[in-house]
Amino acid sequence: MADYESSRSDAPNDALKQIPGAEPASRIDAMWWLVLGVIVLVVFLIVVFPDPYFNLVKFVTDGIVITVTVTVGSFIFVLFAGLVGGLGRLAKNKIINTIATLYVELIRGIPLLVQLIWWYFAFPVVIQGIGRALKIDALVSYQANPIAMAIIGLVFCYGAYMSEIYRAGIQSIPKGQMEAARSLGMTYFQAMRYVILPQAIRVILPPVGNEFIALLKDSSLVSVVAVTDLTRRSREYMSTHFNPIEVWTMAALLYLIMTLLSARVVNHIERKTKFER
Amino acid sequence: MEPIIEITNVHKYFGNVHALQGVSLTVQKGEVVVIVGPSGSGKSTLLRCINRLEEYDEGKIVVDGIPLDSAQNINAVRREVGMVFQSFNLFPHISVMNNLILAQKVVRGKTHEEAAETARGLLKKVGIPEKVDAYPGQLSGGQQQRVAIARALAMNPKIMLFDEPTSALDPEMIKEVLDVMLALAHEGMTMVVVSHEMGFARNAANRAILMDGGVIVEEATPDILFTNPSHQRTKDFLSKVLH
Repeated sequence: MADYESSRSDAPNDALKQIPGAEPASRIDAMWWLVLGVIVLVVFLIVVFPDPYFNLVKFVTDGIVITVTVTVGSFIFVLFAGLVGGLGRLAKNKIINTIATLYVELIRGIPLLVQLIWWYFAFPVVIQGIGRALKIDALVSYQANPIAMAIIGLVFCYGAYMSEIYRAGIQSIPKGQMEAARSLGMTYFQAMRYVILPQAIRVILPPVGNEFIALLKDSSLVSVVAVTDLTRRSREYMSTHFNPIEVWTMAALLYLIMTLLSARVVNHIERKTKFER
Repeated sequence: MEPIIEITNVHKYFGNVHALQGVSLTVQKGEVVVIVGPSGSGKSTLLRCINRLEEYDEGKIVVDGIPLDSAQNINAVRREVGMVFQSFNLFPHISVMNNLILAQKVVRGKTHEEAAETARGLLKKVGIPEKVDAYPGQLSGGQQQRVAIARALAMNPKIMLFDEPTSALDPEMIKEVLDVMLALAHEGMTMVVVSHEMGFARNAANRAILMDGGVIVEEATPDILFTNPSHQRTKDFLSKVLH
């Protein structure tokens, strides 16, 4: 897609520079200071009070890695599932449309925690049952991988929300765009790929960014289904050291660093991909 | 004379509204046909049926020997029929150059160099070669519409359809678009134009058609239709349009 796009002059930003305090640079700075402030606070706590903070952060580092892995891993699939779901919701074909609508409506009506628990505890039993019925040993001895099940659970749930975002984004592009593309002989999918989606992605970037941050926070729920993420590692540390204030304050600060940084990245991409209508 | 568009008894319903009530029209190769009529008369709907942007409920349309009946045929017809819209519909996220080469590459499978050469030639033809790297949002309405014409021509179409191409333009930009269309007509392009530009019709059109209530009321040469129409309905319409 990048093939058809190139950098361009940024006239609106030039105009904004004339207004004191409105230039993009200073608007960014205010939010970057917040990120920096939280990071400085965490470093300060670690350096000045190595016990418990340095020990604690050392203990939960592998949990942070798991949290990031689960979040980013899920999100890549969520982007794909949302696209398929969104196109399904817009499909004229009644069967495809009904399947997509059912998926979105059912998944949205079930709490994420219940879904995650179902995938980890119930799904393997279903697989083992099928294995027994069909006499396939590999399935009978099936054991769920906690991280894989957590990612499946998150993708199924967030894919439903993302479908609606894609649908709204695609519908926000004027009908004439599809007509112009089709009148040039493009197929529906070519028109989607080269004309509609590149525009829709810019429209949906803010809500997609929100979904990423929400997913990052909701990934703490996977601590309930045997995934040793930041939340679970924090709880483990607390259960041996009995210092809830320090542990959960630090956990909150570590999540904040990740979410605030993500928000900055989303904001950056948003400004990079703007175009005039 | 060789017919290139054959429309036979086409009906179209929007819900309960009978928008096209058995329209038949044949356009010869190289002919320029202008369709006029009040809003809601079905003139745009008829035009959009020719490349099947609008589905019709009854009747038959054959374009360049290809009947509009299967998805495959519809795409084949669309490749040969260029369309220019009232609201330009340029792709706002890519440059003028990319607007002109996208379909050439994706649909015709041309190389970037071939497509870009065609694009530059067409931009020169419509009089804005310097806007090759601009984005649609940076152009005036007249310039956007000329790019839109160039984009349609880039596919090397046999027929060009114009759906009120000057209706969304400021008055001073109408001429620059009509000049391009006039040049195209003089080159022998087959054109079907929905427009109330009488000057263009008189200078370029072989035939003018008045539609009303989903039917063709009258067809004649532009001079006769605009100055000495035989139907009362045409006289009423013209008395409101010409002032």
